[in-house]
Amino acid sequence: MSFDVTAVRRQFPILSQIIDGRPVHYLDNGASAQTPDAVLDAVRTYETTGRANVLRGVHRLAERATDAYENARTDVAQFLGVQPMEIVFTGGCTAAINLVAYSYGSLLKPGDRILLSELEHHSNIVPWQLLRARAGVEIDMIPVTTDGRIDLETLPGLITPRTKLISLAHVSNVTGAMLDVGAVVTAAKSVGAKVMLDGAQKAPHGPIDLPSLGVDFYVFAGHKAYGPNGIGVLWAKPELLDAMPPFMGGGSMIGRVTFAETTWAPAPRRFEAGTPPIGPAIGLGAACKWMQALDWTGAHAHEMTMVQHLMDGLQKIDGARIFGPAGLQNRYPVVSFTLDGVHPHDVAQTLDSFGVAVRAGHHCAQPLMDRFDLDGTTRVSMAPYNDGSDIDALLTGVRHAAKTLR
Amino acid sequence: MSDQLYQDRIVALAKAKTGAGKLENPTKSARRDNPLCGDRVTIDVRLDGQGRIAEIAHQVRGCLLCQASASALSSVAVGRDAAGIAAVRHDAERAVGREEGEAAEPFAAFAPVAAHKSRQECVLLPFEALKDALS
Ligand SMILES: Cc1ncc(COP(=O)(O)O)c(C=O)c1O
Repeated sequence: MSFDVTAVRRQFPILSQIIDGRPVHYLDNGASAQTPDAVLDAVRTYETTGRANVLRGVHRLAERATDAYENARTDVAQFLGVQPMEIVFTGGCTAAINLVAYSYGSLLKPGDRILLSELEHHSNIVPWQLLRARAGVEIDMIPVTTDGRIDLETLPGLITPRTKLISLAHVSNVTGAMLDVGAVVTAAKSVGAKVMLDGAQKAPHGPIDLPSLGVDFYVFAGHKAYGPNGIGVLWAKPELLDAMPPFMGGGSMIGRVTFAETTWAPAPRRFEAGTPPIGPAIGLGAACKWMQALDWTGAHAHEMTMVQHLMDGLQKIDGARIFGPAGLQNRYPVVSFTLDGVHPHDVAQTLDSFGVAVRAGHHCAQPLMDRFDLDGTTRVSMAPYNDGSDIDALLTGVRHAAKTLR
Repeated sequence: MSDQLYQDRIVALAKAKTGAGKLENPTKSARRDNPLCGDRVTIDVRLDGQGRIAEIAHQVRGCLLCQASASALSSVAVGRDAAGIAAVRHDAERAVGREEGEAAEPFAAFAPVAAHKSRQECVLLPFEALKDALS
């Protein structure tokens, strides 16, 4: 049976909106995805039937809240194929990376090396630069190939016995290229380095089997994976979480507090100081369950059909150039392009007048833009609820921009 | 469909590229970046003995609005000093709705930008660069 887009679209109330007489063609999922009824309902159920703080109360609402919060942890763990106690809820993907840079980073010594790539999102660059300033670690960078992939052929020359961590985007938020995780893990193991994946752009495309990937840390953002804002996930191997000191101090993360000394709670609690984002965590649990119930074989094929449709359409527009892999292999439905003679912001603004939402600019990847001397790109990022009409509307808008703005 | 922002006059200003390029021996130059969108403007000026602009050139790496504004600004800059440029800026501010009153030409062309708050900085960036160059 083929993938039923209409049935998926029906679950996303925002997609049936008409704005200024036009339907919403939402192709900015890489920035933030939309959220289905299942998630909205889960949050509403918590807010209206179980709202209370977690882990602290003995009353019934507190118990409901705690159960819902911990069930969400289980749903996220199942989505990643790991154990619930290995899941740390954070304020977001950026917060999760900062947690690792601060906490795991505090175990590193001056002269230890962190390996990143040229296509990383700023949130997987700047926390390491802060660590470098704090702790004297060094940062190395894997270059990117002309088709927008992390160039793993250069890996042997960049990995050293001092390399402690390799932190890379699982899928690029600019080019859509997927990393060859196996190659990275093998190389890392040869020197005993850990591997962290930034899964911000991978998690929205279905369940991930972390044990088979063999990585050490994984992070992603709730709002890009059909969940609420203000929630993110850090997964790490239990022995790493056990070894890592707290990032923030406060309530819920302690064993016993005296003014002389405080002991830490075990993970994941140790990393969840204070009242956590309870509603958003519950929403994210529902989003993970929703994703697990989706037919991803069908959804992925549908997404790749849209990518092909988009690429074919762009190829027919004079001066439109795709920045990223030209084929469909090992890529996800994030497609960046430039239009000769028209600035990406003007492309995006024109598209808005056609009811099409995309992102234009540097996509928080300025080193990548500098490498290719780009002012920015226009980025089309798709989700399973998009359909051919979204791509057609986009192509009409790009043709209009090409005709009128240069 | 009506594409309200990019009206012909703005597109024409951008395409005119008045003053686009570099000066051989500028008295001063300044570069301004908009960290939000990445637009970048570099302005070179040659000044006469009284601090008035004798020649101006600009390089824009940015959107059409920024290009159009740099072009418009270059078309009226020669003969003006810092105070004269500040006066012209009021026209741009009026055109995009940040100040009360009628905007004089050529800045009146930017009136459609009033409805697009996130793009107003694009119009004002060349003014910021020129202000730096004249200070
Ligand atoms: C690859 C990648 N990493 C990290 C992030 C940061 O996510 P957040 O801003 O939700 O923390 C993003 C989001 O833009 C991203 O695309």
